[in-house]
Amino acid sequence: MATLQPVRRQSGNPFGLEANVPSMLRILVLLAIDISAIWFISQAFTLGFTTLAAVLVVVLVMINVVTLLERFSPVRWMVAGLSFMIIFVIYPIFFTVYVAFTNYGDGHLVTREQALAQILDRMYLPETGRSYSWTAFRSPEGEYALWLLDAEGNGFLAQPGRPIRAVQPGEEGVGELDANGIPLTIEGYNRLNTIQASTDPNIRSIQFGDEEEGFTVQIRTNAEAGELLPRYTYDEDADTLLDNLTGVLYVNIDGTFTSTVNSSDQIRPGFRAFIGWENFRQFFGNPALRGPLVRIIIWNFAFPLLSVLSTFALGLAIAIMFNQRDFPFKRIIRSLLLIPYTIPGLITIIIWRGMMNPELGVINRTLTNLFNISIPWTTDANWAKVAILLVNLWLGYPYFMLVCSGALQAIPSDLYEAAEVDGANIWQQFQRITLPLLLVAVGPLLIASYVFNFNNFNLIYLFIAGGPPIANATAQAGHTDILISYVYKMAFEGGGRGVQYGLASAITIVIFFVVGAITLFQFRFTNMWEEVSENV
Amino acid sequence: MSSMATFGRVSQSMKAQKQLGIAVRLVIAVILIIFSIFPVLWIVSAAFNPANSLASARLIPQNAGWDNFYILYPPADAAVRTWSANLFGRDIFPPIPPGRFVFPFWTWWWNSIKIATITTFLVLFITTTAAYAFSRFRFAGRQAMLKAILLIQVFPNLLALVAIFLMISQVGDIIPWLGLNTHAGLILVYMGGAMGINIWLMKGFMDTIPRDIDESAMVDGASRWQIFWMLILPLLRPILVVIGILSFIGTYGDFVLARILLKSTEQYTLMVGLQIFTSGQFSQKWGAFSVGALMGALPIMVIYLALQDQIVGGLTTGAVKG
Repeated sequence: MATLQPVRRQSGNPFGLEANVPSMLRILVLLAIDISAIWFISQAFTLGFTTLAAVLVVVLVMINVVTLLERFSPVRWMVAGLSFMIIFVIYPIFFTVYVAFTNYGDGHLVTREQALAQILDRMYLPETGRSYSWTAFRSPEGEYALWLLDAEGNGFLAQPGRPIRAVQPGEEGVGELDANGIPLTIEGYNRLNTIQASTDPNIRSIQFGDEEEGFTVQIRTNAEAGELLPRYTYDEDADTLLDNLTGVLYVNIDGTFTSTVNSSDQIRPGFRAFIGWENFRQFFGNPALRGPLVRIIIWNFAFPLLSVLSTFALGLAIAIMFNQRDFPFKRIIRSLLLIPYTIPGLITIIIWRGMMNPELGVINRTLTNLFNISIPWTTDANWAKVAILLVNLWLGYPYFMLVCSGALQAIPSDLYEAAEVDGANIWQQFQRITLPLLLVAVGPLLIASYVFNFNNFNLIYLFIAGGPPIANATAQAGHTDILISYVYKMAFEGGGRGVQYGLASAITIVIFFVVGAITLFQFRFTNMWEEVSENV
Repeated sequence: MSSMATFGRVSQSMKAQKQLGIAVRLVIAVILIIFSIFPVLWIVSAAFNPANSLASARLIPQNAGWDNFYILYPPADAAVRTWSANLFGRDIFPPIPPGRFVFPFWTWWWNSIKIATITTFLVLFITTTAAYAFSRFRFAGRQAMLKAILLIQVFPNLLALVAIFLMISQVGDIIPWLGLNTHAGLILVYMGGAMGINIWLMKGFMDTIPRDIDESAMVDGASRWQIFWMLILPLLRPILVVIGILSFIGTYGDFVLARILLKSTEQYTLMVGLQIFTSGQFSQKWGAFSVGALMGALPIMVIYLALQDQIVGGLTTGAVKG
């Protein structure tokens, strides 16, 4: 048991000042973190990022507890790493679950408040409303005034919060009129020219006039200002919008205000809303989505299995072949065979994509020259799968070559000598000694490799982006797509259906479950957990 | 006597058989080597092929030359041109001949190196300090935390990429320089993986350093931090090198997180840039891509082949790339 007590200083230091220096520093740093974090959290709350704010509160509390209480002092050593892990690994998992139950995506990107604010800002010109041409004036303090001219050429002065009234030159500081009937000056204001007025960021959202005494006027276009009324009235209790122009009532259905008359008539934008199991229902129920999905899931299980088997077989074969201690050129052979592993995967995948190009790639050109055949590597569904497995074999065998040759050397050689005495042939030796002993060491790595390839986004996406496309699929699904590349396409490339974060997250949850189940199996199957428990 | 002769014959035939076996295996080795280095040779030859297109690529190009290397010509990069123009007052570089595909190679390369270096040092810091606590202190929840670290590895943050994207865009609404399209935001996301399986490796290594060192230093009045920083850290050099290199290589080669978080050309990492560059009119840009790929892969290949034994040692004891 290592002591956790702070070290007592040997030097004479009756006031304990020196010992306080690090803790003073610690408090100051903590204070700085607290202040900035609290500012950030309050901002997040104001913007409606409630879940983000909540996780940051949790992390902040953890940091404070760990820093201030002496009994948690060992955790101080890892508090930074823990914070990052909670925020960027654990929180996204929960956030994914949350998003999966919402309609987050194109058409539903903003919060309810933001969507309502946008909708309620919309105005319309009622039949009885008059329209005017306008000229803007601005005071140095940033107050605005409008000079309105109606169709008959009568001039009106409009200011926010004051009734709109007919004014003659000389009254209320209004100066001489120009040829168009617009005053050249108004006392306290500067006249804006057309460009200034049309580019002014504030002027369009101001209501001029006083609602209680008379009417209000708002700018509609660069030429026209009108007696506008709000287009929609929101009823908070019923959660409905009334269209004042047409009289149609809109009710909130899953984050979209939808007309009670015609359900395809919806008010944009919709907002993020909790929609329950709808994404999962779509995911499993919609035939256009389900069709490709069944294929994708089958391939998603087959691809890593075939990949692991082929890379392991080749890697093991190489390791056994060159295992002999005095094999000539052993080191240089190993270095050359290691090369696929040393190049960033993205680069080699793109190179293979070029080499396997059906018309222009070197492989098909060579095959055509030699045997007059041409293989549709990227355009035929089955050949594309073969191509991907080949590329992954190239990418993956060096790892198993390294791992297997390490493990082979750990097998005691007297086992083989004993087997030879008993008359076992090479194959029997491999079957009864090499393979079982090797699998003990390499087994967990095989399963880890399976999990890695289960989500091998880079290979699938970079090679031919999951193509060739599956016919009749509404989403852009391809024959070589796996779940993670399907999620990526759905969330970030949209395709015909638009970006769908909610649905993509629902599929991500399915991936979580599959990966979790495989891992559980791994721990059960390999006794890894027991081994881990011994080592901690 | 006769048995001796038989033995001699047998051993002779065994020797011949053995040599035949080696010869066969050498032939297989050559075939495998061709399989493993062909794409590399191919990209080297494409880099020197002035035709710049996939269709005319051949192993030994006609009129081999340096034309494709224009992407490495620093002024091909707008950032370099602006910088030099500010320095010298005018554009001093000769223009690039028309018809050459260029992309800001050096900007992307620098972004990659910068992000990978910063990430690596931060990861090393987090890994070593955490591993020190796991190795030297006994506290409640220690075992549970070590196991949790192992379990969470199963869900790398790449899986939750939609959530990561939405989250970073929210962060960017509050602090723009940590949001989408920033390197700081991307590095933060990489930090999430720092509490990784490498902590186990590091802790295992630290457990082999005798505790007597700590205890005698403590008697001399050194604080925990001084012991860690001045005594333990220097002893960790071999394992720091392995974990550091693997983390650097993993970050340098990362694609998907950088792809979804970085939006504008001058912010791309080399991997993102190369992918986006090749995604349109692929066959026409083959030569330029080859040079970029070659130059991008070179530093990593050199590191790997030079430090082969150390990296292999790390891999077989459980370190992970990335």
